[in-house]
Amino acid sequence: MNRFEERFSTLQVSGKKALVVYIVAGDPASETTVRLMHEMVSQGADIIELGVPFTDPEAEGPVIQLGHERALRARTTLTDTLAMARAFRQQDKKTPIALMGYINPIEAMGYDVFVDKALESGIDGTIIVNLPPEEGEILGSAMIEKGLSPIYLLSPTTLNERAKLICKQSRGFIYYVSLKGTTGASNLNYTEVAERVAKFKAMTDTPILVGFGIKDAESAGKISKMADGAVVGSAIVQLIEQNESEPEVILKEVGSLVASIREGMDSAQ
Amino acid sequence: MKNEQYKIPPGSNELSSAMPDERGYFGQYGGKFVSETLMAAISELETEYRRLKNNPEFIAQIERDLKDYVGRESPLYYAERLTKHVGGAKILLKREDLVHTGAHKINNCIGQALLAKHMGKPRVIAETGAGQHGVASATVAARFGLECCVYMGTEDIARQSLNVYRMKLLGATVVPVDSGTKTLKDALSEAMRDWVANVDSTYYIIGTVAGPHPYPMLVRDFQAVIGNETKRQCQAQYGQLPDALVACVGGGSNAMGIFYPFIDDTSVRLIGVEPAGHGMETGKHAAPLSVGSVGVLQGNRTYLMQDEDGLILDTHSVSAGLDYPGVGPEHSWLKDIKRAEYVTIDDEEALGAFRQLNLLEGILPALESAHAVAYAMKLAAQMKPDEILVINLSGRGDKDIPTMAGIDGISLS
Ligand SMILES: Cc1ncc(COP(=O)(O)O)c(C=O)c1O
Repeated sequence: MNRFEERFSTLQVSGKKALVVYIVAGDPASETTVRLMHEMVSQGADIIELGVPFTDPEAEGPVIQLGHERALRARTTLTDTLAMARAFRQQDKKTPIALMGYINPIEAMGYDVFVDKALESGIDGTIIVNLPPEEGEILGSAMIEKGLSPIYLLSPTTLNERAKLICKQSRGFIYYVSLKGTTGASNLNYTEVAERVAKFKAMTDTPILVGFGIKDAESAGKISKMADGAVVGSAIVQLIEQNESEPEVILKEVGSLVASIREGMDSAQ
Repeated sequence: MKNEQYKIPPGSNELSSAMPDERGYFGQYGGKFVSETLMAAISELETEYRRLKNNPEFIAQIERDLKDYVGRESPLYYAERLTKHVGGAKILLKREDLVHTGAHKINNCIGQALLAKHMGKPRVIAETGAGQHGVASATVAARFGLECCVYMGTEDIARQSLNVYRMKLLGATVVPVDSGTKTLKDALSEAMRDWVANVDSTYYIIGTVAGPHPYPMLVRDFQAVIGNETKRQCQAQYGQLPDALVACVGGGSNAMGIFYPFIDDTSVRLIGVEPAGHGMETGKHAAPLSVGSVGVLQGNRTYLMQDEDGLILDTHSVSAGLDYPGVGPEHSWLKDIKRAEYVTIDDEEALGAFRQLNLLEGILPALESAHAVAYAMKLAAQMKPDEILVINLSGRGDKDIPTMAGIDGISLS
């Protein structure tokens, strides 16, 4: 079993849903990132999405765009991001890490080099926003061959036939983008999400997680009733922005947000 | 070297104008690198376009507007004094500066606005650098009764203020973009974000042969009117094809427009001019075809200005319309198969050509087009008097007067 499978089976046994947290690597500094990863896990996060900083994060809303800009000001690259994952892995052997970002830094490194380094650094999968399955076949099969999980996205505009293809090509989990918009938007329509997720679940046994627009215990609680888990990003990155120069405050604030979301999700079950 | 490690899916490298392939590739360039939410929208666009492009009524509608509204065909003008001054090939100017709104951008906007109408979209959005594509989009939106929103980097808003006001007069909303480098590429990213959020109601008019498939193809097709006219006019006036075509390359739409109908005429040299900005040796330029490497940005795989970590580099050109770190994928392919050549002209040289065209021909070129003029003057000098060189004069320079005045230390207000 890979780390995703182990985590989802543990969650199932304990009757819980997956809480996935997103931060940008190196935002605001690499030391904080690694400490923050541990802190979020200790407050109840199940999976970490580690954002790879990019100059042109075209799918992000304003909050996460600024996260990328702060990380780039600290000169954080894909290589640095992998180093942070490796540092985290020295203590935490179990929490799955998915890199989230854009394809260009991976192309620049070269697919084969990337796959080897990702494996070496304890990465479990990738969510590449601008790499739909049509363009992701070569990287995807190189990853699968080495036991890494290419995670693809579904969206409210995905038609049924495509959804089947996406479900088939995804490993680890599938990421349902809950709304038409960028990260941080808040126009979530729960009824629609419930319907769509139910339809997708009939197509696959791979867990379906929902992201975009989930920002607190209440929204995460609602989502966790309809899907296998919830992804929280902008709400966390916003706290980093507000406390940029004070790492201790970041750890404390993010830790308590994660703890409250964990509680909201567990009590909703 | 690194490019070989990419294991890029094989594409056809045959010389042919029948590109792109089914997947939107020109050789190994192009593709559809967009977020999942946009995949349905770009395939709907492709289906609609393929359905309409051979529809006689749609074609007639475009032709009517290009003639009566845009003012086509544009003249192919013999620049006699410039030719004498240079002392080489006969220099002809394809006068896109004379069309409505003052640049070739309108050719594409007419086609895309009609597509938007046919697709039932009440709202269009656009990105702009120099403001010419923004003005052209706002213009067709007014013409066809569509709501229009234009994204523009704050740095470009400062250097192209005339066009900003003009877009407002046309009823468009101009949204300043303050992220990243605050120029064209950031405006394009912001327009994509708008599109994702409003995909049901909105048509995105991309202004150049970039973005995800089918944009590089359809923008090229709408701009090909430039090359088709040039071919016809040159045959009629001189009984031969030109020997060389010279065009500036930002995203590459005016260049693709004039090159495309000549791709299979291999006796015609195709030359794209990229901006060398402060000079190639300074790194402050926007010449991905000349010194860039292959990567993926804003929907397609192409040559890019990037560092070894795959982060996009800051670019510079005195001309806002050329200040872009990527380039349309078809150019990357034409470069690799050596069908087109790509060269560079720096800010100083472009400014020099800008002044000379004023003095020798009484024509005020856009700073973008001045790059093509500058290179054409060098090239024509090495050619024979019975040879013909056509410059695609992509736009007029009214928008650049404040910039020029600033350089000359003259206050206009
Ligand atoms: C007059 C003119 N020429 C050229 C360009 C560059 O665009 P492209 O390379 O797509 O023709 C622009 C862009 O704003 C322009 O305004």
